[in-house]
Amino acid sequence: MHDNIFKINEKEYVLPGNRACQGCGLTLAYRFVLKALRENTIVVIPPSCLCVLHGLYPTTSVTVPAINTTFAGNAAAASGVVAGLKALNKPDITVLSLAGDGGTYDIGIQSLSGAAERKTDFIAVCYDNEGYMNTGTQRSGSTPLGALTTTTPQTKQDFKKDLVGIMEAHNLPYIATTSPGYPSDLYDKFVKAKRIKGTRYLHIDSPCPPGWLYPPKDTVKISQLAVETGLYILFEIEDGKLRLTGRSRRIGETGKRIPLIHYFERQGRFRKMSIEQLSQIQKWVDTRWEEMMRRAS
Amino acid sequence: MRDNVKIMTGNEAAAVGVKLVRPHVIAAYPITPQTKLAEMLAEYVENGELESEYVRVESEHSSLTVCIAASAVGARVFTATSSNGLLYMHEQLHWAAGSRVPVVMCCVNRGVGAPWSIFNDQQDSFSQRDTGWIQLYCRNNQEIIDTVIQAYRIAEQVYVPVMVCYDGFILSHTKMPVAIPAEEDVSRYLPPFTPARPLVPEDPITINPVFFPWRRDNADGVSCDGYMDMRLKLDKAINDARQTIQEADREFGECFNRTYGGLVWDYRNDDADVTLVSMGSLASEATVAVDMLREMGVSAGVVALRSYRPFPKEELRSLLGGKTAVIVFEKCMSYGNGGGFSSEIKTALYGMPDVPPCHNVIAGLGGRNVTPADIAEAVTTARRSIDGGLFEETYWLGCDRN
Repeated sequence: MHDNIFKINEKEYVLPGNRACQGCGLTLAYRFVLKALRENTIVVIPPSCLCVLHGLYPTTSVTVPAINTTFAGNAAAASGVVAGLKALNKPDITVLSLAGDGGTYDIGIQSLSGAAERKTDFIAVCYDNEGYMNTGTQRSGSTPLGALTTTTPQTKQDFKKDLVGIMEAHNLPYIATTSPGYPSDLYDKFVKAKRIKGTRYLHIDSPCPPGWLYPPKDTVKISQLAVETGLYILFEIEDGKLRLTGRSRRIGETGKRIPLIHYFERQGRFRKMSIEQLSQIQKWVDTRWEEMMRRAS
Repeated sequence: MRDNVKIMTGNEAAAVGVKLVRPHVIAAYPITPQTKLAEMLAEYVENGELESEYVRVESEHSSLTVCIAASAVGARVFTATSSNGLLYMHEQLHWAAGSRVPVVMCCVNRGVGAPWSIFNDQQDSFSQRDTGWIQLYCRNNQEIIDTVIQAYRIAEQVYVPVMVCYDGFILSHTKMPVAIPAEEDVSRYLPPFTPARPLVPEDPITINPVFFPWRRDNADGVSCDGYMDMRLKLDKAINDARQTIQEADREFGECFNRTYGGLVWDYRNDDADVTLVSMGSLASEATVAVDMLREMGVSAGVVALRSYRPFPKEELRSLLGGKTAVIVFEKCMSYGNGGGFSSEIKTALYGMPDVPPCHNVIAGLGGRNVTPADIAEAVTTARRSIDGGLFEETYWLGCDRN
């Protein structure tokens, strides 16, 4: 693992002046994703924030080739790119499918599950901003309990889906969770994913200032609080073996987590969260950590 | 050169045709009556007869998505479906046409649900008429194998996807003698696919980003298309494909001694008073009915659409103008507006000085049997109604309206 940010590829693939919102967590992460994967990459994009980030014809802010496809079909399009490249004997090109939580948890889960079951040789990424942010903050299968969205004006009443667990059930060679708050951890995981064959699934926690209702300058802080409170856990699973990484590894060692309230109180989307919802989440986090510690040992 | 003739079903003919064009990537999801085609291609790939990447997808939406993306990186691709499978692809049908990828797909025509029917009509492909695909309809199994080969010639020249339609069970599961073209002749007729601008790392473009409604300059100050300009280009490409479809058929004739009339074909139509218009195997059936009618003293002929999109407007005007009656037999409906394409036949004839009355017979929906005798009888009924002035525009063959 890199302990040193200076070892990161200096070349930029996501150019400044792109169309993402100020303080976009996806943009911070995407910059390091492409630094890790480098030039020989084809990106597959559904209609999403990433589609906007890439720019409006005839200009683009990204220096790797990309193909846009429909919402439900992202992993199928990645399968098509992989099959085409293989048939044309063009090895060594990394195929990266990058969809939001709507395009992964909800409408895109069928094609993602199919591609993973077929052991398609690609990197599937979900940048999880916990709602349909590109269309103005509607509820998704990833929106957390207690969060306000425009379609859950009295807060979401259900927990978010365990997508990483669903992907793990596909028996993948590599799974990792990442955060833009910890770029070197994210970078290392994508460098590692690039070297592995088969379907690799990486999750990016992607804070969203307009959707989560916090000032754009706080994106890194919010990302870090998600990890420091233990709500979001940094880990990787290689061939079934789970390992905590970065800040989460230290939490595992010390057992010290910041109270959840520090994460929730900074975001307007949780302003209607009830005490009961908070304690439900606290219980969920505690149980999850017990499970993590059991698996990581 | 002696033809290698084998007795085979329509699905087998399509599979052999696909094997001859050697697609790089095949993606398919099973649905009756397409299944045998998907199975045979899997067998070819498994036993080494065909070197293709076969992606066994989890849905039809994905099978077409795989084909679009593989085509974008420069691969020759194939898929096939039927009925609700085609409907499930609907979003991707538009996406394929808008992406201008030369995908070739067989649609083994079947009625659509609800209620369920596994049997034949043409509502599936008809309902996808406006997705920007070229649609070709086959009358027999020989035409299926030959049209699959021609479809790649057409698609790869005009960058518009082509749907090769043939009737489920009536053709897909019925054996007929089929002459199999020699592999080296097919290679001569159909050169390897060299994509205009494949997606490669050396050329980092973004395919299908968001477009503005209006034109917009790129970084070099060159004015580039807006959304509407791209749509105009798609329409122009499909209209121009009329020429390409005719050339592909003519040159096919030079290589293989078989042609199919390009956009349309006709039978005993020159001196006919009454012309029966149809598509696919029903048009083939109508030729037998015409022989029967002629024996009964009715001067009848057949005009069949081979290309439904692009629509052969000019050809229809010259083949149908001056007839005493035109009777359209069709296996598709535009609910609330009569038969699927009879309204388009009327539109094509609009403004002609000698425009014939146009009658419309709905036949064989959900696999209801249509015999030549049924067709002949429908013609005599239609003529009576036209002559007697009790013109019933749409007539459901073999159904009691009450």
